[in-house]
Amino acid sequence: MRALSAALLGASLVVGAHAAQADELRPGGKLLLTQGVSNVEGAAGGGIASWALISGYETRDGIGGNLHATYVNLPDYEFRAVGGAVGFRDRVELSYTRQDFDTGATGAKLGLGSGFTFHQDVVGAKLRVLGDAVYNQDSWVPQVAVGAQYKKADRGAVIGLLGGKHDSGVDWYVAATKVLLDQSLVLSGAVRATKANQTGLLGFGGNKHDGYQAEFEGSAALLLTRKIAVGVEYRTKPDNLAGLKENNWADAFVAYAINKTVSVTAAYVDLGEIATFKGQRGVYLSLQAGF
Amino acid sequence: MIQALILAAAMATAAPTPSGPTFKIEHPSATHPGEEEVAPYAASPANAGAVEFEGDALWKAFHEKAGVDRVVDDLVDRSLANPAISDIFKSHDMVRLRRTLKEQFCYLLNGPCDYSGRDMKAAHKDMGLQNTDFNILVEELQAAMDHEKIGFRDQNRFLAKLAPMQRQAVER
Repeated sequence: MRALSAALLGASLVVGAHAAQADELRPGGKLLLTQGVSNVEGAAGGGIASWALISGYETRDGIGGNLHATYVNLPDYEFRAVGGAVGFRDRVELSYTRQDFDTGATGAKLGLGSGFTFHQDVVGAKLRVLGDAVYNQDSWVPQVAVGAQYKKADRGAVIGLLGGKHDSGVDWYVAATKVLLDQSLVLSGAVRATKANQTGLLGFGGNKHDGYQAEFEGSAALLLTRKIAVGVEYRTKPDNLAGLKENNWADAFVAYAINKTVSVTAAYVDLGEIATFKGQRGVYLSLQAGF
Repeated sequence: MIQALILAAAMATAAPTPSGPTFKIEHPSATHPGEEEVAPYAASPANAGAVEFEGDALWKAFHEKAGVDRVVDDLVDRSLANPAISDIFKSHDMVRLRRTLKEQFCYLLNGPCDYSGRDMKAAHKDMGLQNTDFNILVEELQAAMDHEKIGFRDQNRFLAKLAPMQRQAVER
């Protein structure tokens, strides 16, 4: 009994030491790929869809974040985005992304001048409101998050000429994401209230329609290994500008987490018709680094 | 864990018969040499924290008893060697941990075992685990399953059984 008492005293001291560190912040800790990747608007998601996951490898005990650079090569345009996101306690995500939509030689054909580039700043906030995409495998309830994105386009005058009503706008969305571990699947869906034309690069609202519309974003991904996921995505979009038809977007992607610092996403995207040029299909590449 | 030990100690001290061995028979650990005493508790398959798989596909995927034992021993060895979580096991009965983990895995994979351990809440009580600790353990388990050459999708099916235990195991 004496030996046991001594052991108990020792054990109590160990427990006491642990309790003293109850509020320590610990970076990292999420499982590989369970933060998704940075999408075109800077939020954690797939390539073109926003997910309910929070950016960064932190758990509820810490802070994480990412920087990303994204490049899309289309037949008649080029799209670039650079930004960052911070995740707080796997609960709140704040993000900023700068998008460039470069018309290149097509700019001259559009009467805008060769190399004319639309820019947009996207400031995003996302709050996880319920569920856990990874742990709650005994329930169908997904992880659910609500988000808002303030978007400011820089080509107000041209946007006005194209029939756009505003050069800034706010998107609101709710996203639900579930990892179905027993199927090695990730499913995600989001509904976005938006007025954005081509995500906002061509302004907000238009001469055809100037109210908020509910749009859908969906992703399905298969986990091939711990480091590699392949999937498809679909995103519906408004069609607000008379004479400048806008199509829904789709892609097929591969996301590869080289480690917990760097991941690469490659996709084949179909962005449909953009500013009268049809068949904008091409390669999407995104590099992400964070913790 | 600690409360359980204190309770066991208190009960042992208060026991009317001074002879230790007779008393020990009342303890679940008495049938398992080399393990420390634990307070009596009601053993039940429900303590395993999840419903077992149907059929023998997963049991075979894990190479049955020998495979499960190797995975658990490898998992424990890796965890003890990982400085990020090794401290958690310092005051722990590792003999009992290996045995009950092997039982639990075997039971959940629908092997011919009963789980005799405590429920997940009691087993992790006062360990002060954070999500990060839980996930590091998952990563060590993934490494152990890789080493046993268990297919990725079969690993995930098993992890889907274990994942909800996060709610009982993580205390802070």
